[in-house]
Amino acid sequence: MADAEEPEKKRRRFEDLTEKMAVDSGHRDSGCDWEGRWNHVKKFLERPGPFTHPDFEPSTESLQFLLETCKILVIGAGGLGCELLKNLALSGFRLIHVVDMDTIDVSNLNRQFLFRPKDVGRPKAHVAADFINSRIAGCKVVPHFKKIQDFNDSFYRQFHIIVCGLDSIIARRWINGMLISLLSYDEGVLDPSSIIPLIDGGTEGFKGNARVILPGMTACIDCTLELYPPQINFPMCTIASMPRLPEHCIEYVRILQWPKDGPFGDTSLDGDNPEHIQWVFERSQERAAEFSITGVTYRLTQGVVKRIIPAVASTNAVIAAACATEVFKIATSAYIPLNNYLVFNDVDGLYTYTFEAERKENCTACSQVPQDLQFPPSAKLQEVLEYLTETASLQMKSPAITTTLEGKNKTLYLQSVKSIEERTRPNLCKTLKELGLSDGQEIAVADVTTPQTVLFKLNFTA
Amino acid sequence: MAAATKGSKEQKYDRQLRLWGDHGQETLENAHVCLINATATGTEILKNLVLPGIGAFTIVDGHTVAGEDVGNNFFLSSDSIGKNRAQAATELLQELNSDVSGNFVEESPDKLLDNDPEFFHRFTIVIGVQLPESTCLRLGSVLWTASVPFLVCKTYGLLGYMRLVVQEHTVIESHPDNALEDLRLDQPFDEFKNHINSYDLTSMEKKDHSHTPWIIIVAKYLERWLSEHDGQPPKNYKEKETFRQMIREGMIKNDDGVPEDEENFDEAIKNVNTALNQTKIPSAVEDLFNSEQCSNITVQSSSFWMMLRAVKEFVYNEGNGSLPVRGTIPDMIADSQKFINLQNVYREKSLQDAAAVSKHVERLLQSVGKPVESISEKDIKLFCKNAAFLRVVRCRSLAEEYHVDSINKDEITSCMESPDSEMVFYLMIRAVDRFYQLHSRYPGVYNYQVEEDISKLKLCVNSLLQEYSLNVNIKDDYIHEFCRYGAAEPHTVSAFLGGSAAQEAIKIISHQFVPFNNTFIYNAMSQTSATFQL
Repeated sequence: MADAEEPEKKRRRFEDLTEKMAVDSGHRDSGCDWEGRWNHVKKFLERPGPFTHPDFEPSTESLQFLLETCKILVIGAGGLGCELLKNLALSGFRLIHVVDMDTIDVSNLNRQFLFRPKDVGRPKAHVAADFINSRIAGCKVVPHFKKIQDFNDSFYRQFHIIVCGLDSIIARRWINGMLISLLSYDEGVLDPSSIIPLIDGGTEGFKGNARVILPGMTACIDCTLELYPPQINFPMCTIASMPRLPEHCIEYVRILQWPKDGPFGDTSLDGDNPEHIQWVFERSQERAAEFSITGVTYRLTQGVVKRIIPAVASTNAVIAAACATEVFKIATSAYIPLNNYLVFNDVDGLYTYTFEAERKENCTACSQVPQDLQFPPSAKLQEVLEYLTETASLQMKSPAITTTLEGKNKTLYLQSVKSIEERTRPNLCKTLKELGLSDGQEIAVADVTTPQTVLFKLNFTA
Repeated sequence: MAAATKGSKEQKYDRQLRLWGDHGQETLENAHVCLINATATGTEILKNLVLPGIGAFTIVDGHTVAGEDVGNNFFLSSDSIGKNRAQAATELLQELNSDVSGNFVEESPDKLLDNDPEFFHRFTIVIGVQLPESTCLRLGSVLWTASVPFLVCKTYGLLGYMRLVVQEHTVIESHPDNALEDLRLDQPFDEFKNHINSYDLTSMEKKDHSHTPWIIIVAKYLERWLSEHDGQPPKNYKEKETFRQMIREGMIKNDDGVPEDEENFDEAIKNVNTALNQTKIPSAVEDLFNSEQCSNITVQSSSFWMMLRAVKEFVYNEGNGSLPVRGTIPDMIADSQKFINLQNVYREKSLQDAAAVSKHVERLLQSVGKPVESISEKDIKLFCKNAAFLRVVRCRSLAEEYHVDSINKDEITSCMESPDSEMVFYLMIRAVDRFYQLHSRYPGVYNYQVEEDISKLKLCVNSLLQEYSLNVNIKDDYIHEFCRYGAAEPHTVSAFLGGSAAQEAIKIISHQFVPFNNTFIYNAMSQTSATFQL
């Protein structure tokens, strides 16, 4: 991470930040500390050592910085989030905010250890904050029962480091995009004080990964989008007429039979409603029997309908620990941070692999290079839409395509608002030429995967 | 158990039941785990065992809670300062999960070893945290004799260390990540052959042709190839390419001679490489067949070895040199009936093979005077299904690791050819243990000690290397760093080890997934790790 040519700038940034925050930091709260409380932490802050970061200077002030000034945002208060909050609090961090839009479910209790059966139904962020604050004296976790998209740049700007324990790639890309939008460039040179490090963790069963992202400097989420291949859904013809697996039978009921039969009135299928799952389970058994397929169980039904990913406490503990270690290293310059991606798997023994994920030269999120859209003028808008959603490096969900024509802003296609979708749907069958677009035209695309509009340049091919 | 309780447990544990099943969960709920020393590392390990619902735990700890203990430990509060650490931690760990029964013993493990070593025999696994070397070795010896698995864990500064000590740990359900399919295309059994013969690709309508499973397609073309090549299957890249081309030619063409879109044929072509794999017994399983426990079946033999012997007998008889057919096939483009019929061919064969293995199991049980019901059909079927993935982990004892005559010199020396290999941390941990033995304290605990302990620790390093005749070089930087650590136990490193160790314990308890063998080092400075067999 440390650029040999810019240690001065980084040291200045540390001091700038400390000074900047001294005014609005929390009050000194040494009253709740007891003798020896921070012994385990202090050894890494107050003693010189042979492997410390080149910027590191032993000092008694680093601990004060952690306790009183350093502001961390934890995104997600679930399997990773609970662990992260505990790890940060026990490493000296006190000014922590946590964002989570979910409420507690009984299936969370096997690993989200800040929650108890009595908390089911309550917002995760609130319960987690309460538990940490009451268990760890002096810690001031501020909860937000919100979506990350409910906040704008002024919210995110206040944090020194952001650490994520999300279960959605869309959300990851969004926060990634947000932090990139906060970067400021001075005549083409990135201002390091505008960088907010992003530590990202993910787990699935016995596998996990942890990565350090310095927006604008190291590989971002979108640079390595291919590491998250798109979720594969079963082909419709298999589901509709040629089921072979119990999963096919369940998908048939979920996608085709439920809308047709409309059980429980006109409600949509709610994976958290046991009655709904029971209905799907029974219909799936019937369908399976038709085709002599075995293996439909209630558990499988629920797993398919809710797209359940198995999870245990241990993997979350490992990945959150690795993430929190990196937060500590970056906040204190104690050691050189992970550069920049760690993979973990404990199915067979324990396996870790550490590598440097590379930036993509033309990354849609962080490269600042206007993206090229290469199409012949006879191509239909539909083809452009498919390109935006299906290309591995873009994987947009429901892009809204706009442009400027004759000085006016024109929406070419937008899916998320029904009336506009209906109005602009005919454009999909029109060619780019028919739509009045010209070579070199700038197209702006908005999507859930990014907080900022992505600019494309239309490049007409023969 | 009341239906309501069972239902709510199923809900609570749903996400983990999908990994180890109800039977795996049962082994956890019947387990009694012993934790020695409720330090941050210890309580983090236990947290990750209490949450998934182990039956019971007992914390053995003679220490009194100090201020610095509370600082890095989620399961101690400032109220606990001055209290016994085992008791204080038990309260807050117990609170995590009411299904689990927590106990504590306010005693040092050394005292227990003096007065009542058999105390440890009752446990499913003993986890020893931050133990001095002498206690480790004493405990290791008792547990080895009693065949109780022992997991040693240590967080030292930014290093995590784990050592698994188990004489023989059998795994039927190893759940391999990338298992090869068992399709028998190179040696189709009779029922499979008959099934293949029931297809005539040349006389099929397009709909059927395009929805014939790729396994059948490959089988058909393989038959043709074998007849044209003197019974020799495609061997090298060139031949496989030719074979693939043969299949490609088999795609239905439209009136203009252009091949139609037949996804099943595409699948066949894509799978040629793996489909042509020779059916053979994995060497790991062959080794098990040749082991002493398999050859020597007695009344004491575990069901694992009985079943393994039975499978071996099957291989030499009904199996004609192959393991029992696994019975599963991957999903593939096909219409429902063709797929189900093909699947049933494999399934029925696997049941047949399992029945044959059962007969051998019966015979073996009778030969040692055990009732035939000792091993259930269900268990035999599970064993046969996993026959290619069986694993046995045998760890050397601590005594062997530590003895001058049996230390794994080769492994240590060859790793240390890279002086920054994780092996250096193993040696440093051994060295600080030596320091502790000599000085009754760890190096650099107090600031003023850091500098002066460097030379003392260096002496310990040198005496360690000398005693074991290890011709390796340990950089001074590491000695300095280990004095700097001052035996600190930072929470995030404890938490990493907490997750790692807990999962290894779950593997031992459930006999699912494969435990490490036998030394694991985690380096939080570089976020790297290594496993050594010492």
